Amino acid sequence: MLVADPTAAAAWHRFRQDFAGAAPQRRREMLRQRANQSRTTDLQMIGRAGLGHVGGDMSVLDILTTLFFAVLRVDPEKPEWADRDRFVLSKGHTAGALYATLAAAGFFPAAELDTFAGPLSALNGHPNRVKVPGVETNTGPLGHGLPVSVGMAVAARLASSSRHVYVVLGDGELQEGSNWEAAMTAGHRRLANLTAVVDRNRLQQGARTEETNGLDPLDAKWKAFGWDVAEVDGHDHLALLEVFTAPRGERPLCVIANTTKGRGVSFMEDRVEWHHKVPSAAQIEAAAVELAR
Amino acid sequence: MSAPTQEVFDCRVAFAEELIALAREDERIVAVCNDSVGSSNLVGFQKEFPDRLINVGIAEQDMVGVGAGLALSGYVPFVCGASPFLTGRALEQIKADVAYSQSPVVLCGMSPGMAYGELGPTHHSIEDLSWLRAIAGLGIVVPADPGETRSAVRWAASAATPVFLRVGRFKVPAVTDGSFEFGTAGLLRDGSDVTVVATGTMVSRALEAASAAADEGVSVRVLNMSTIAPLDEEAIRRAIRETRAIVTAEEATTTGGLGAAVAAVVVTEPAPVPMRMLGVHREFAPTGTTAFLLEHFGLTAGDIRRAAVELAHA
Repeated sequence: MLVADPTAAAAWHRFRQDFAGAAPQRRREMLRQRANQSRTTDLQMIGRAGLGHVGGDMSVLDILTTLFFAVLRVDPEKPEWADRDRFVLSKGHTAGALYATLAAAGFFPAAELDTFAGPLSALNGHPNRVKVPGVETNTGPLGHGLPVSVGMAVAARLASSSRHVYVVLGDGELQEGSNWEAAMTAGHRRLANLTAVVDRNRLQQGARTEETNGLDPLDAKWKAFGWDVAEVDGHDHLALLEVFTAPRGERPLCVIANTTKGRGVSFMEDRVEWHHKVPSAAQIEAAAVELAR
Repeated sequence: MSAPTQEVFDCRVAFAEELIALAREDERIVAVCNDSVGSSNLVGFQKEFPDRLINVGIAEQDMVGVGAGLALSGYVPFVCGASPFLTGRALEQIKADVAYSQSPVVLCGMSPGMAYGELGPTHHSIEDLSWLRAIAGLGIVVPADPGETRSAVRWAASAATPVFLRVGRFKVPAVTDGSFEFGTAGLLRDGSDVTVVATGTMVSRALEAASAAADEGVSVRVLNMSTIAPLDEEAIRRAIRETRAIVTAEEATTTGGLGAAVAAVVVTEPAPVPMRMLGVHREFAPTGTTAFLLEHFGLTAGDIRRAAVELAHA
């Protein structure tokens, strides 16, 4: 099991404090810069490793950054704290994005990112909770995160804890039936302590979701399963923040976050081939320039 | 030995009683089920602990995932469903959410083997041992009688490791002293010619077979292999050294279950012994009661005795 990086964790604490006191425009800029730094870090990891899921990583990073740097009640130095909020990345193939985010928050040293997907690295191509602090359950096969998160939300309620459970789902992943079993359970039990975020980038591995096995009308599906639904721009940090922190109803909340696969890198955006294509050194350099703007 | 008046028990009863007793002692104990409150014998549990019985409806993948989420939050979930559906439908959840994630869930495969008799192969669970034995880090426990079921339930609650518990519905006599030690075979009868390694419903039949074989001058050792994984390899090695042959008996497919596990030990010994594997050999069962099917597939005490005697004289 990796251990926290106290310096990075302290910086994360300062970020959270500064963020809390910042004006909206400043907040937006703080999260934008933070997310784009993680994008660059992630691209470099993927370049070194020679593998990764670059498109989905780029699409989910604004969601991950908003959660870890402005919303989640966690402590990188106490990953086992019983009343921490739980975060589950159901789309486990975007582990690179999660690792870059966790390292930036100090859950483990950033130097560890250099080992991504290398022999015996703690940072597998899909996240492993036994090795990586901040990972709550091992994901990878799709359709697993939501049922486990429902169990965590049931547990929080049984324990009379105010902790909240957040799960990020891919949109293509919603073709797996297990999600809908769990959506039904959460709706039936009115698990208001559960938030599912759908990274709605409309692309899956081989084609557009709507050309493969269409998901629309997606909001109506979740509503029919007993959830409240909010639809936001998944790259608008303040919109995400607002939906995560608004007063809750009595039902689980599904946030449909409309995103762009490959977001932030012009030549990757909304292009299906960048699902798991590995960028060249020159492409990573070009991307880093765009992301530093 | 095989007196017709011998009392027999449905192990689900002992399972449920022990689970309720544990739940009274420990608030972390919860039950998760798939609309199987009745068939998993959880009516009493539900009555006493309505908030701690999480029935997700007919949704096994969800059930196992929910169980993992509870376990990862500090609860001790007993995830109960008919074994064919629990293990077949939710196999990937068992692998990823439970075993690989090291979430201490107790998976309770109810009414396994051919307990559902006439309902047919869709409802039989003869593949479960084979499927689950391939999964790293998952303990597999098959109690032989109600006493051992109780002890295994109690052990599983404190094991803090992923466990599959196969809970029998087909009635069996009491054959053990009621103790259970994870990973250790129970020596129920010593013998010097042949060892019968049996599990679950086959254990009482193995004892009956040993008794009958003794009348023919064949000395049969009976091992109750109530832990299939990790296997008590030392007990098998002793049997190889101290007896001349091994018979395995399981209400399961021999493709990967107890027989295959024992054989893997036998063939890697410097001086292997002849073996016979009793079970179902890659076949879907015809229509019939459980008792009929056990007879059909050669899983009676007489069949075990015959195999042991033949090997002793070979």
